[in-house]
Amino acid sequence: MQGNNNADKLKFNIKNITSHSGFKSLGAALMAIFLGLVVGFIIMLVARPENAIAGFRFVLLGGMGRLGDVLYFATPILMTGLAVGFAFKMGLFNIGASGQYTMGMFFALYVAFNWDLPGSTHWIVAIFAGFVGGMIWGFIPGIFKALLNVNEVITSIMFNYIGMYLVDMWIQNNGVMYNSSLTRTRYIASGVQIPALGIAGSNVNLGIIIAIIIAVILYIVLEKTTFGYELKATGHNKHAAEYAGMQGKRNIILTMTIAGGMAGIGGAFAILAPSAIAGSSMTYEPINIIAANGFTGIAVALLGNAHPLGTILSATFISYIQRGGTLTSLVGFKPEIIDIVVAVIIYFSAFAMIMNSAIARFIKARLGKDDEKPLQETDSENEENTVEDEEVIKKETEKEAE
Amino acid sequence: MDVVYYLIQNMLPIGVPLLLVALGGMFSERSGIINIALEGIMLFGAFFGALFVLLVQGSSMGPQTILLIGMLVAGISGLIYSLLLSFASINMKANQVIVGTALNMLIPAMILLFSKMFFSSDGITTSKSFYIREIPILSKIPIIGELFFQRTYLTVIIGFIILAISVVVLYKTRFGLRLRACGEHPHAADSVGINVYKMRYAGVSISGVLAGIGGFFYAVGVMDGNVSGHTGVAGFGFLALAVMIFGQWKPIRIMFAAMFFAFLRTLAYSVSLIPFLFDLGIDQTYYKILPYLATMLVLALTSKNSRAPKAEGIPYDKSQR
Repeated sequence: MQGNNNADKLKFNIKNITSHSGFKSLGAALMAIFLGLVVGFIIMLVARPENAIAGFRFVLLGGMGRLGDVLYFATPILMTGLAVGFAFKMGLFNIGASGQYTMGMFFALYVAFNWDLPGSTHWIVAIFAGFVGGMIWGFIPGIFKALLNVNEVITSIMFNYIGMYLVDMWIQNNGVMYNSSLTRTRYIASGVQIPALGIAGSNVNLGIIIAIIIAVILYIVLEKTTFGYELKATGHNKHAAEYAGMQGKRNIILTMTIAGGMAGIGGAFAILAPSAIAGSSMTYEPINIIAANGFTGIAVALLGNAHPLGTILSATFISYIQRGGTLTSLVGFKPEIIDIVVAVIIYFSAFAMIMNSAIARFIKARLGKDDEKPLQETDSENEENTVEDEEVIKKETEKEAE
Repeated sequence: MDVVYYLIQNMLPIGVPLLLVALGGMFSERSGIINIALEGIMLFGAFFGALFVLLVQGSSMGPQTILLIGMLVAGISGLIYSLLLSFASINMKANQVIVGTALNMLIPAMILLFSKMFFSSDGITTSKSFYIREIPILSKIPIIGELFFQRTYLTVIIGFIILAISVVVLYKTRFGLRLRACGEHPHAADSVGINVYKMRYAGVSISGVLAGIGGFFYAVGVMDGNVSGHTGVAGFGFLALAVMIFGQWKPIRIMFAAMFFAFLRTLAYSVSLIPFLFDLGIDQTYYKILPYLATMLVLALTSKNSRAPKAEGIPYDKSQR
């Protein structure tokens, strides 16, 4: 194992995230969520002790009455979550979902305002434009990584800023799209908006349905196609994959391009969606800040174990606590409390699996059931266990290949 | 000539935070830990440094004294925050890039939450000016005096002192040698009795101190003493990582790389003062993009034969020796 690790040194150890059985990863996700919520509660206690319990109730239960909105806001982060998770599968850390999202949003917006298309196809073309915009912004880090050996993390961060500055400039210079007195983009015509599903009290739209279909398609691509197999194999061991004749460079570029496209569609979904005021759409304010939804996508992907179907659940969950978070302002808190919870969740998901196995062992030792497995306590031995799991999974994938 | 003086005078306060943070990143990576959390640590240090300034700005303390104590506060805050990264990546063997990303996301949210709740703003606004019109005696030296000791901040001098200390620590002390060994071949280092975990804690902690100070210096020299949770440090932590790679993990080269980026940035924000560039009529946005694009160009040219520490990013596991 050490050999692999050495070889993959600039890449992070993807195996900790992706290659465990569903049950274990669910346990890790739940542990990370639990700790994230605990830290969130502690911060609320520090900030305003008298309202902490009321605020925390909103976080936990506030989303209940607004399930339509939960799905509405889950749509873009589901797409950015897929963008991050899909690249994870190959061992790439696509921190550039933010820039890809912004670029997709701009492309969609441009088509929505400036192209003249028959009503029913216009929004579909606009979403497709978003896909293309995101793909371009994912393609660039892919090229840098594959051909020039530049770490994709740095490239995507730089292109987050480049993309954001470019989009803000293009929007501000375009009078058709930009309302300079409101410093926001104008509303797009209602015919170009994504049709709402008609659930009372919410603008949840076809976007969420399409997003779920895309997640299922990605799942099929990953599990049932040669490309998906190659992609995962490269994620497990780049050198073995290349030795087996897989085209690593081509796959890196392809993966980043598709991932970028996913985030781009997310941007299109966000900006083409109808908003709360009748006939209006969502708007964008060009104030030189990189889009937060791209980073939320990292949490979504990690919680969903980079699995396309798990990502659907985690996006819904994050959106759920975000909705609750906006309600906390009723008792003097700010919605940023959820950003804190999300960041803490990411922090703990980076090592929740190791932590969980340590805790499980501790409990087993306490209950005296250590006859099932020999008692092991040190961290290093926990690591070895995860290594065993990886090998089992590798064997499984090899069987699939045969 | 005035334009050149102006550009250099403005470049230095911007270059110094970049330099310090990149040096921090260097210490961390030389010990074997990728510190992508520099951005967050900077903001954390800047916040507490500015908070200190806010608390004492009404007192009779002189501005330069406040700056020095604020620097200490920022450094200690940065150190404390970096312990979260050390713990996760050294003890828990977590993925360093993911942990760093989480730490970067945590701080802006924290600052926004607390600032909105307690100051009804996006951050901290201070009113103390740390600007130095001219430093006595030194500013009278022809050319050099005008370039380095007029219209400047104390941060510039401190930055270069820290650079000198870094060079000595990294290359002339036993500690520096051991630190570098842990980043190149931790198992070999361990076999001769070096405690790899301790050295890595030291590396990340130094980076925490330097990034915290760098963040505070950014707030002082670039943001006029203000800290905002929205704009944060505008990607300076990430730029510093690029500076570090461009500088090939070597202090003096890092200094030149930092000044190069700072120069581009200064240029971007003073286009309207330079008639020649202003007349070109290029949208200012392109100049703002310039530092990021230059980063990509430089990385594209240098990454093929990168001198990165060999063991960086790999959790150290004694049992795998």
